Amino acid sequence: MPAVSKGDGMRGLAVFISDIRNCKSKEAEIKRINKELANIRSKFKGDKALDGYSKKKYVCKLLFIFLLGHDIDFGHMEAVNLLSSNKYTEKQIGYLFISVLVNSNSELIRLINNAIKNDLASRNPTFMCLALHCIANVGSREMGEAFAADIPRILVAGDSMDSVKQSAALCLLRLYKASPDLVPMGEWTARVVHLLNDQHMGVVTAAVSLITCLCKKNPDDFKTCISLAVSRLSRIVSSASTDLQDYTYYFVPAPWLSVKLLRLLQCYPPPEDAAVKGRLVECLETVLNKAQEPPKSKKVQHSNAKNAILFETISLIIHYDSEPNLLVRACNQLGQFLQHRETNLRYLALESMCTLASSEFSHEAVKTHIETVINALKTERDVSVRQRAVDLLYAMCDRSNAPQIVAEMLSYLETADYSIREEIVLKVAILAEKYAVDYTWYVDTILNLIRIAGDYVSEEVWYRVIQIVINRDDVQGYAAKTVFEALQAPACHENLVKVGGYILGEFGNLIAGDPRSSPLIQFNLLHSKFHLCSVPTRALLLSTYIKFVNLFPEVKPTIQDVLRSDSQLRNADVELQQRAVEYLRLSTVASTDILATVLEEMPPFPERESSILAKLKKKKGPSTVTDLEDTKRERSVDVNGGPEPAPASTSAVSTPSPSADLLGLGAAPPAPAGPPPSSGSGGLLVDVFSDSASAVAPLAPGSEDNFARFVCKNNGVLFENQLLQIGLKSEFRQNLGRMFIFYGNKTSTQFLNFTPTLICSDDLQPHLNLQTKPVDPTVEGGAQVQQVVNIECVSDFTEAPVLSIQFRYGGTFQNVSVQLPITLNKFFQPTEMASQDFFQRWKQLSNPQQEVQNIFKAKHPMDTEVTKAKIIGFGSALLEEVDPNPANFVGAGIIHTKTTQIGCLLRLEPNLQAQMYRLTLRTSKEAVSQRLCELLSAQF
Amino acid sequence: MQFMLLFSRQGKFQLQKRYVPLSDKEKKKITRELVQTVLARKPKMCSFLEWRDLKIVYKRYASLYFCCAIEDQDNELITLEIIHRYVELLDKYFGSVCELDIIFNFEKAYFILDEFLLGGEVQETSKKNVLKAIEQADLLQEDAKEAETPRSVLEEIGLT
Repeated sequence: MPAVSKGDGMRGLAVFISDIRNCKSKEAEIKRINKELANIRSKFKGDKALDGYSKKKYVCKLLFIFLLGHDIDFGHMEAVNLLSSNKYTEKQIGYLFISVLVNSNSELIRLINNAIKNDLASRNPTFMCLALHCIANVGSREMGEAFAADIPRILVAGDSMDSVKQSAALCLLRLYKASPDLVPMGEWTARVVHLLNDQHMGVVTAAVSLITCLCKKNPDDFKTCISLAVSRLSRIVSSASTDLQDYTYYFVPAPWLSVKLLRLLQCYPPPEDAAVKGRLVECLETVLNKAQEPPKSKKVQHSNAKNAILFETISLIIHYDSEPNLLVRACNQLGQFLQHRETNLRYLALESMCTLASSEFSHEAVKTHIETVINALKTERDVSVRQRAVDLLYAMCDRSNAPQIVAEMLSYLETADYSIREEIVLKVAILAEKYAVDYTWYVDTILNLIRIAGDYVSEEVWYRVIQIVINRDDVQGYAAKTVFEALQAPACHENLVKVGGYILGEFGNLIAGDPRSSPLIQFNLLHSKFHLCSVPTRALLLSTYIKFVNLFPEVKPTIQDVLRSDSQLRNADVELQQRAVEYLRLSTVASTDILATVLEEMPPFPERESSILAKLKKKKGPSTVTDLEDTKRERSVDVNGGPEPAPASTSAVSTPSPSADLLGLGAAPPAPAGPPPSSGSGGLLVDVFSDSASAVAPLAPGSEDNFARFVCKNNGVLFENQLLQIGLKSEFRQNLGRMFIFYGNKTSTQFLNFTPTLICSDDLQPHLNLQTKPVDPTVEGGAQVQQVVNIECVSDFTEAPVLSIQFRYGGTFQNVSVQLPITLNKFFQPTEMASQDFFQRWKQLSNPQQEVQNIFKAKHPMDTEVTKAKIIGFGSALLEEVDPNPANFVGAGIIHTKTTQIGCLLRLEPNLQAQMYRLTLRTSKEAVSQRLCELLSAQF
Repeated sequence: MQFMLLFSRQGKFQLQKRYVPLSDKEKKKITRELVQTVLARKPKMCSFLEWRDLKIVYKRYASLYFCCAIEDQDNELITLEIIHRYVELLDKYFGSVCELDIIFNFEKAYFILDEFLLGGEVQETSKKNVLKAIEQADLLQEDAKEAETPRSVLEEIGLT
């Protein structure tokens, strides 16, 4: 047993710990523990009342036993008794036990809260601190309910001791994080901000954390903190290394406080006040300058503390993304770190540079470090550092360096750690597609990917290469030749057989003229792989064979023989058997013409978002920021060099009106709507999901279709991708509504930090109230969670709210945004009325502003019953026998908002011959007529 | 910060402090997995790693590993120095601390940590102020001990 037993005299405890340590086996340990538990139990139950000291000792032993990993089911009451001891150490042990072993026994909680209350009221600072520590450690809702209202008072009270203020600030922070609703904002908030000016550095250190957390939800209430934080920071940064005495750490003044202040500033945009901004920029420059000064100490603590501030400064510079000079300086500084002997610094520099690569001001500067990063990929011994290097290469890639980066990634892939191969494959596939000028290069790259890491090439990747080859006729011949050559290898990956089978089936004719790749040779080559392949691949090959029958009549008998063999016609697999039977039959009965029609070349695939991107999408947060940025850059190039992008897309970028949003653009490139800028390039198929950590993802592609579908119905699937399905169920009554959102995890892995956020734009906010509770941040694989949104329509509105969902899936950050189909017509109450009434009101609303009319072409078959259902689904009453023309539809209803009710009449006149509709809306309010007309027109 | 763990080369926990609630089952599973990951790393490797959706910052002192889990936005280097400052505090309090000091005085290790970090945030970085708070408690303890002397004697003869 060591001699140390400082301050404390619990010798019995030391003996016990010593005994436990001397136990030779787990069994002996358990035996000793059980003996001790029995002893303690008998003491607690004994007749003799225990004094405080013994109670403390036994409670401490129980705690030790618990910390060893054993369950403790008694002693809580004794611990609670200790709380009311007036001996500090007894109280302290009592609180420690409660903090570690609290359970939700309500009786106990009441007693604990009582003891805490007494200590908080005791005016004895040490007791108050103990109580505050306990609340902060437990942080439960019950404690929040009991104390959340008191702590702000303690925090800002003029007579609270510094140490009490510190504990109160962080205690409040913990309660706020656990249950924000329990912490009342109020007059105290302004005084908390002024703690940034406090004389005591410890108080400032604690208060900044609290403010940083609070201001995220209430940025305006805490706005004054910006100038206070800047001046505090400036004082620290410019102080000499000894000015701050004990708050100087290895010659660095107040590093923790500095980092926290810089974090706080990242909650806000750059200061508006020029003087404050000037002072801040000066601070940031000072930090960058100091990085160039010789170190004041050789200790790693000195450089770590100094660099911690430096990295936080760079984060702030990147956050502002507005000072080109600082961004470039930050980049140069990180460049130096890329070759630092400290692994930690190299790691952080690579990580930080990734975000710098996404700023247009520093992208070029980051690119100059390409050789160093490639070298890191080759020489770093720690896989986590190499991973960062891969991320950075991806982030810095653009048209100018894509061939080099892709080549380096491919060669790294040969030896890469298994854990990161799939991600590299996706990244290479995306870069190759995005920056392909020459599509033969693209085809070569993907085939290389399959050769090197075939097992990690997912379906998305090989589907994509086929889509691109089919859509670009200039590369088809080359692709056929290349896959033919690749298939010559004695052992080739099954994914290559799939790609080869598909491409030769479509374009084998383009190389059939060469006697070295005659139809029969092509067929024999493919068929030589057939028996080694899995069922899906064989099925694909059978389709290739029937295409060959069409392309090359001369091999028809050979192929028929193959199809006819028992191993095909009687294959145990039903899919294979069916294909063999049907293809054989087709080849026998169909005339050449029919065969040619059935097996015509695949039409080009519709241009849409790349499935690979959907898969990789924000594999890493920062790298996709780059996607977005690159896209912007690419687009401007296209605008200058290529055909004009569709006007619709231009306006969509500048005016975020709802109709433009329906084009699904947001900040995304013009690819999904209108003609792609360069013909048939696949529109670069940029990641429409791109996100930056804070920004909302542009709307998910396809979500606009689903959105329109919900105008006339309330339930269904709003969004679905490979990971996530979002279903809706909603009901509306008058101006209120309730929507159930169901989030289904389609994978077998859990989603972490799952946070759906409802966003109402500034224009929308005054008109629509949405209330909801956060959902559980973890969604287990295969599970579904539900969120209820209460809706109140305050007044008429046009835009739709956006549902933005962020979560982590398998370590990667995911971000999805969809428009939530809460539309004005949901607040319709149908009104029945007779013909006469209808036309009387119709005439009353004859003011030109009250009527909106739209004539449009039918997008769906003009079916009377469907139309009726849609009008009813839209929410208005369908009035029969009102319109003199029975082919017309008329409807009436009232839109309920909190402030007013708006009567609406509508008339829809179909013209079957022209396949057109005329829709007329009359309401007392122009904006309402306009919006309803828009919504309803999109339905037919 | 989400949690701090202290464990030995053999994977035994000396201290676990959590700032975000977890169920007991998760706690056990997660910590076991993390300890294995950290112990498997080689000496020259970098002190940071991505783990689940957290960043892990760890450092080894003699036979003890100090390991913190922080969130995406948190600063890795300053966390490394949080660890170091905590070690310094222990060192100063115990007078060149060793693993045994922490084992036999585990409650003190918790008290010191509470003075330094609260709710996962740095509360007080001044070594003097932190130790002043702890030593005040020890003074109160001494007073108490004098009053308890007779019982301590009983204890020494084994009547625990």
